[in-house]
Amino acid sequence: MDWQLSDDQRMVVDMVRDFAANEVRPLAAHLDEAGQFPLDNLRKMAGLGLMGMNVPAEYGGSPVGAVALSLAISEMARACASTAITMSVTNMVAEAINAFGTEEQKRTFIPKIVGGDYPMGSFCLTEPNAGSDAASLAVRAVRDGDHWVLNGTKAFVSHGAYSSVLVVWARTSDAPKAAGVSAFIVERETPGLTVGKAEDKMGLRGSNTVALNFEDCRVPADQLLGEEGKGFRIAMMALDGGRIGVSSQAVGIGQAALDASVEYAKIREQFGKPIGRLEAIQWFIADMATELEAARNLTLRAAWLKEKGKKFSREASTAKLFATERLNVWTKNAVQIHGGYGYTKEYVVERLIRDAKVLTIYEGTSEIQRLVISRALLEE
Amino acid sequence: MDFMLNDEQNALRDMVRDFAENELKPNAAHWDEHHIFPAEVVKKMGALGLMGVAYDPAYNGAGMDYLCYAIVVEELSRGCAGTGVICSAHSSLACDPIYNYGNEAQKQKYLSRMTTAEWIGCFGLTEPGAGSDAAALKTTAVKDGDEYVLNGSKLFITNAVEAQVAVVFAQQDKEKGHRGISAFIVEKGTPGFSVGKVEDKLGIRASSTAELVFENCRIPAANLLGEEGQGFKIALSTLDGGRIGIAAQAVGIAQAALDEAVKYSKERVQFGKPIAKLQAIQWFIADMATEIEAARMLVHKAAWMKSHKMKGFGHYSAMAKLYAAEAAMRATTKAIQVHGGYGYVKEYSVERHFRDAKITEIYEGTSEVQRLVIAANLLRD
Repeated sequence: MDWQLSDDQRMVVDMVRDFAANEVRPLAAHLDEAGQFPLDNLRKMAGLGLMGMNVPAEYGGSPVGAVALSLAISEMARACASTAITMSVTNMVAEAINAFGTEEQKRTFIPKIVGGDYPMGSFCLTEPNAGSDAASLAVRAVRDGDHWVLNGTKAFVSHGAYSSVLVVWARTSDAPKAAGVSAFIVERETPGLTVGKAEDKMGLRGSNTVALNFEDCRVPADQLLGEEGKGFRIAMMALDGGRIGVSSQAVGIGQAALDASVEYAKIREQFGKPIGRLEAIQWFIADMATELEAARNLTLRAAWLKEKGKKFSREASTAKLFATERLNVWTKNAVQIHGGYGYTKEYVVERLIRDAKVLTIYEGTSEIQRLVISRALLEE
Repeated sequence: MDFMLNDEQNALRDMVRDFAENELKPNAAHWDEHHIFPAEVVKKMGALGLMGVAYDPAYNGAGMDYLCYAIVVEELSRGCAGTGVICSAHSSLACDPIYNYGNEAQKQKYLSRMTTAEWIGCFGLTEPGAGSDAAALKTTAVKDGDEYVLNGSKLFITNAVEAQVAVVFAQQDKEKGHRGISAFIVEKGTPGFSVGKVEDKLGIRASSTAELVFENCRIPAANLLGEEGQGFKIALSTLDGGRIGIAAQAVGIAQAALDEAVKYSKERVQFGKPIAKLQAIQWFIADMATEIEAARMLVHKAAWMKSHKMKGFGHYSAMAKLYAAEAAMRATTKAIQVHGGYGYVKEYSVERHFRDAKITEIYEGTSEVQRLVIAANLLRD
């Protein structure tokens, strides 16, 4: 066992921490209030190599490994949870294409995701009527010569209005559930693909979440990702990695909540002394710090297993369930420590509690994680 | 970075798991019911090196590290939490201070016999009026020629009845407060030293918990542990390590509760199917497993930090102990709920696990003391 970061991992952390402190944190409140997407910052992040941290350099990536990626997402989320999720999902999409794509697909599409004018990739699985039951998705893809023709609607697509490349799951046969699902690489500018409603969200307001409509959207046949009818597995494997991303994001938001709470507890005086001297406040802080450390350990272990090519699905679910559920307790208590001030936008905790909520929902709800975890124990 | 146990650690875990499965688990209910100290089993543990895991072979120790020790306590506790704490109190609280602060003669005489379980050790810090506020202890030590004279009593001492060796903390100079406290090694049979009231406890009933009484107990000056006035520091640093043992014990208890809950939920049929098919039960299982993993990783990291003498280890062991103890209480509560009425009776071991878990939130620093330690570290300027 060895819990120390390597020098390279430490360098990544330092680099992202500096960038986040200087470029991201100062903008976070504004992005939240205005619902603005930080395109300039995301381009700068691509320039720093943060959008393809687990894909080979020959496709424009900067492969530093899953652990460094996790650490980087946490550092970014500590400054701005919205920017962090855009980065996390983009890395996930680049990885999926790298893992399942043909050489041609990798050369064509990964560089667009990790660099270029719109250095983002989107993951289009969820539909209005297919959330946790993802295999019931209804978007159709019908073969027509050397194209596939896509019809239907995807919901809650992260940065769907901005991504240069999307991976879209669609039904290519009448085989039931997962068996009939294939994955496609679709470029944002493809005719027949339009951006629908942009969601007005409780939190993560600096991220873009949209519906995407496919109307006779013709996708070249060579953009099928993986094999026909085997797309669902790609989605599940990508989500396993994505869960580490969300868990890392939770650790970062949690650290921000702890930072703010410690700072406030030292300066806020009541009853003639800083409230940090009161056991009631100390208890909140001790529990937050302890559970945050546990969440960090679970997250880094899942990332490390992934990096080493070992099984990590259950560990990723464990990390995501724990980190995101506890995050919602930490951010609630962070607001409580701040009292009435914590309920106003002058203090960051007001944003953190809103940002935190979605983490127990996206990339597999807590309930889906519990299914994954209990199944592993009860069916062995 | 490496999150896997190595081959040696895996082999040790498997060995202790087998030992617990065969020697502890079948007897744990009996020991619990009759408050029996498993003397024969403890001897076997000594022979296997489990009573001196983290100590130098020069003193008959197994020469492994603190992570190995944590693994041992967890696996023992999975079979019998009482046996787990016999090992933990003996190792962390009695062997550790002698190993870390004892002189060569003390290590040769005491540690070499303790690591083989020939002699069992205990730790005398707590008093009737000094629990969480340990510095308020009232037992006195007065130097008299080449002896110290001890007077007072110690309460809630694990292994008190069986211990041949007690590490005892006493006040030499009240004016100096905690800087007046010194640590001493006291042998069973020393005139003036006796075991007082034996507690009848809610749980961990395979271990003894009793009072140590000192009435003009004269011990040789050579039995001072460390230096005069160093006692409180010895006590606190010892407890930093002890918390890893208790945290590991808590993880073992919680794991035992999860094992039983999984087994029962597959067998128990209600509404025409095993209750494991119900999401209500699956949720209990998933949450228990998740929290146990979180706790185990905190324990392993704390143990790894101690082994590598890393800064911040005391802070980390407080977090591990706080989290693991409270997670064990939650896990055992859920395990009983999974069992329904059957979980409330002694035919099912979750009834015992629940009682055993409770003490982990109390001894070697209550959850509240851990929170004080953790918050103080964070809020310090």
